[in-house]
Amino acid sequence: MPDKKPISSVNDFVVRFANVNGSGSASANEMFARAILRHGVPVSPRNIFPSNIQGLPTWYEVRVTEAGHLGARGGVDMMVAMNPQTWDKDVAGIEPGGYLFYDSTKPMPSTKFRDDITVIGVPLTAITNSTYTDPRQRQLFKNIIYLGSLSALLDMDPKLIEQLIGEQYKGKEKLLSSNVHALHLGRDWALQNLKCPIGLRVKKSDKVGDRIFIEGNSAAALGAVYGGATVCAWYPITPSSSVAEAFTAHCKKYRHDPETGKAKYAIVQGEDELASIGIVIGASWNGARAFTATSGPGISLMTEFIGLSYFAEIPAVIMNIQRAGPSTGMPTRTQQCDIIACAYASHGDTKHVLLFPEDPAEAFEFAAAAFDLAERLQTTIFLMLDLDIGMNHRLSRPLKWDDAKQYDRGKIMTAEMLEEGRDFGRYLDVDGDGIPYRTYPGTHPTKGSYFTRGTSRDRYARYSEEGTVYADNMQRLVRKFETAQDLVPRPLQANAERPTKYGVIYFGSTSPAMDEAIGLLEARGHQLDRLRIRAFPFHSSVASFLAEHDFVYVVEQNRDSQLRQLIVNENGIDPVRLVPIVHYDGTPITARFIAKAIGDHQDHLKVTPLRKAVS
Amino acid sequence: MTYIAKPKFHHPGLKKNELGYTHRDYEGKISTLCAGCGHDSITASIIEACYELSIEPHRVAKISGIGCSSKTPDYFLGNSHGFNSVHGRMPSVLTGANLANRDLIYLGVSGDGDSASIGFGQFAHSIRRGVNMTYIVENNGVYGLTKGQFSATADRGSKSKKGVTNTDNPIDLVAIALQLGATFVARSFSGDKSQLVPLIAAAIGHKGASFIDVISPCIAFNNHAGSTKSFDYVREHNDAVNRLDVLVGRDPIAVDYAPGTVQVVEQHDGSRIALRKIDADYDPHDRLGAMTFLQKHAAKGQIVTGLLYVDPDAEDMHEHLNTVEAPLNSLEADSLCPGSAVLDKFNASLR
Repeated sequence: MPDKKPISSVNDFVVRFANVNGSGSASANEMFARAILRHGVPVSPRNIFPSNIQGLPTWYEVRVTEAGHLGARGGVDMMVAMNPQTWDKDVAGIEPGGYLFYDSTKPMPSTKFRDDITVIGVPLTAITNSTYTDPRQRQLFKNIIYLGSLSALLDMDPKLIEQLIGEQYKGKEKLLSSNVHALHLGRDWALQNLKCPIGLRVKKSDKVGDRIFIEGNSAAALGAVYGGATVCAWYPITPSSSVAEAFTAHCKKYRHDPETGKAKYAIVQGEDELASIGIVIGASWNGARAFTATSGPGISLMTEFIGLSYFAEIPAVIMNIQRAGPSTGMPTRTQQCDIIACAYASHGDTKHVLLFPEDPAEAFEFAAAAFDLAERLQTTIFLMLDLDIGMNHRLSRPLKWDDAKQYDRGKIMTAEMLEEGRDFGRYLDVDGDGIPYRTYPGTHPTKGSYFTRGTSRDRYARYSEEGTVYADNMQRLVRKFETAQDLVPRPLQANAERPTKYGVIYFGSTSPAMDEAIGLLEARGHQLDRLRIRAFPFHSSVASFLAEHDFVYVVEQNRDSQLRQLIVNENGIDPVRLVPIVHYDGTPITARFIAKAIGDHQDHLKVTPLRKAVS
Repeated sequence: MTYIAKPKFHHPGLKKNELGYTHRDYEGKISTLCAGCGHDSITASIIEACYELSIEPHRVAKISGIGCSSKTPDYFLGNSHGFNSVHGRMPSVLTGANLANRDLIYLGVSGDGDSASIGFGQFAHSIRRGVNMTYIVENNGVYGLTKGQFSATADRGSKSKKGVTNTDNPIDLVAIALQLGATFVARSFSGDKSQLVPLIAAAIGHKGASFIDVISPCIAFNNHAGSTKSFDYVREHNDAVNRLDVLVGRDPIAVDYAPGTVQVVEQHDGSRIALRKIDADYDPHDRLGAMTFLQKHAAKGQIVTGLLYVDPDAEDMHEHLNTVEAPLNSLEADSLCPGSAVLDKFNASLR
């Protein structure tokens, strides 16, 4: 018996699987997460994987959370330790009173365990080897066998797992029955030899509702389909490749002409990121909706073209699935570290629109909206995702689309308008919003053509190096950026129950952890108003929020507090009033981290003055 | 010069083409290049070819990179949209433009710095993909706009104006284009309009990646003794394999050719190229033969010009991608957006 009371918890615990990359564990682990969802209990799974295809350690963490906290929690209640390489670290990471599940085929010395945890051994290799002879089968079914054992230990309904297996292997009867068989091998062994269930239990509930289980990258790619993207050019880079791959899969399903079978899209895998953005710029210049998906190093390579898009005013959509930088950094770890790099990408004076979705549902909506914004504003729009949203399955509200919606193609001067004698100046601000009209190539035999260039030119697109002409154009671009403020998604504010002088600003994948942290902070007596920023340029409500609070915490996942820098820079406010709360070790930020960092700062602020204490 | 508007009036008796356009309708702004620049002769040949083909000027998209050559699209087809993009990146911008609207004619204009150095990768990959375009390199072996540095096509041993000898090996873009699978490959000389005009016309008619390397002496920095891209040197070492006429159902373009055997090549767009061969053994359908021929003559210090290779049955990128016939930029929400009913099903599949 452990010398610490075993953790007892229903529908609120963390299970972590430690596996070897390439061992086929991913699909069994994902099935575990899905099976819990089928019990009506929300889960939040995360893949923690190396930049490697086979052999290195990989982890899959499932947070079971009836309360619906979808951020990472931190800590592990049950470790499924399937990787000898990481055994010591994995065992050390278990919470006191937690559980260790391992393959007991080979006896382990007692020094390899801990006294304050419950150790559960199942002879997985022995069971597998006595049932299967083929080495590949042995490896794959071992994963399903431990899934079966866990179902008994955690009191899960095996029928729900069988149902999932049935859906996965629909039409492949042999695979279906052999998987179900393996599941029961593990389950029956546990029921016969172990005390089931343990303190951690899954109990049927109804907290999942109509939510869907989807990766942010897939949702963003579908947003591009719904948003009318016809050209996608990309270069493989983790963690963004699955955007282009999902776009390809979605297009195959939804974008072929039913009669001719022909494709209403074109996808090109470029030779590099320069070509990818070049193709996007060329296609957008010619009137198609085009995008690329990339990550930090790709953004660095694309910056010259991004400057061209800004200055020559050509729409482009770039989905940046952020990972830890700089340089190659940690390619498979998450961060929000390209805020400054994207906001001011390129040499010269530039500013770009950034969108910050918090989850797959917003990734879908903002991706579709990005194409309207790009064509309306005739410039680059960044969709700023990160690995945490992009590459993990997340429980998300269902995706929604309004069939009455038409695409906003922006200010296009047509052949008819030119024929009517409308004055066409490619860089002429006719409406006072900084946005000029453009023509598509090939519009009219004698009117509306112009020469697009990255060099300075006048309002009629004629080359000019006159200082006043150059400055006039640069000022118009500032006006256009001001127009963007009211077109992009607005910040969302949520106030504390009682009026407070303190606020917190956050964005993107920090959302679920922040929402949970608010509850933890309230329990400690700290009241905070919240503002979730959803886009740059900042709406005027950001300045109001800053004015209404003495101190505002800015919570983000990078070292240099980049959003805070951007807010200080763009709003010209005293930086002392913006307190950075940063988390940048490559793991997703947790509620525990945020609550501690803000709570400690609050305690410090509220420290009773010495004189008052002694009087 | 940029500030001087080109007068629009012209002689009332100026000849018109099939569509009723005069030569002037294919011109652009006044060139700002040096007087006598080879590039201006290429500009004149492009104008001539487009006039002869009776192309609607606004249905051409002219795309270039950065450099002297890349400025020239401003000097022809003034009623066409042009895009002077980023140094070395014309091929990707053109590829994207072509994906968006397969119905326009794409003219890519580049230089030897733009295509053989900074943009060597993009040059290669646009050819590999079979983008339907006419890719013209105005090749002078020198960086003109930055005043005379060697480019990657400068021959080893050639001397710069300042007297420096080039010690690096040259890149022969024609040889590379053949190796990469370009389906129309030619070389010409800016001073040889009678050869160049029909080559450009034939390249425009070709469906697939057409590449023309045009030796174009830089009179400011690469037209001295010791240069292998000077007018004198190229005239002395030019070895034309063939001369051609382009027949578009009317009078063939008048060319000044040496007589020889004639071979007619029919192109996808219905136009025919009549090849007047000088070298009776030369077969323009033999890619491997062309590569060998090129190397043998290069070893002898000869610059082979003419139509070196053509595949009249070439496929282009849109065929590889199986895209719809309608230009992608013409499709609207009704055709592109799957709608809410499909989305509901999608949601249901993720529960």
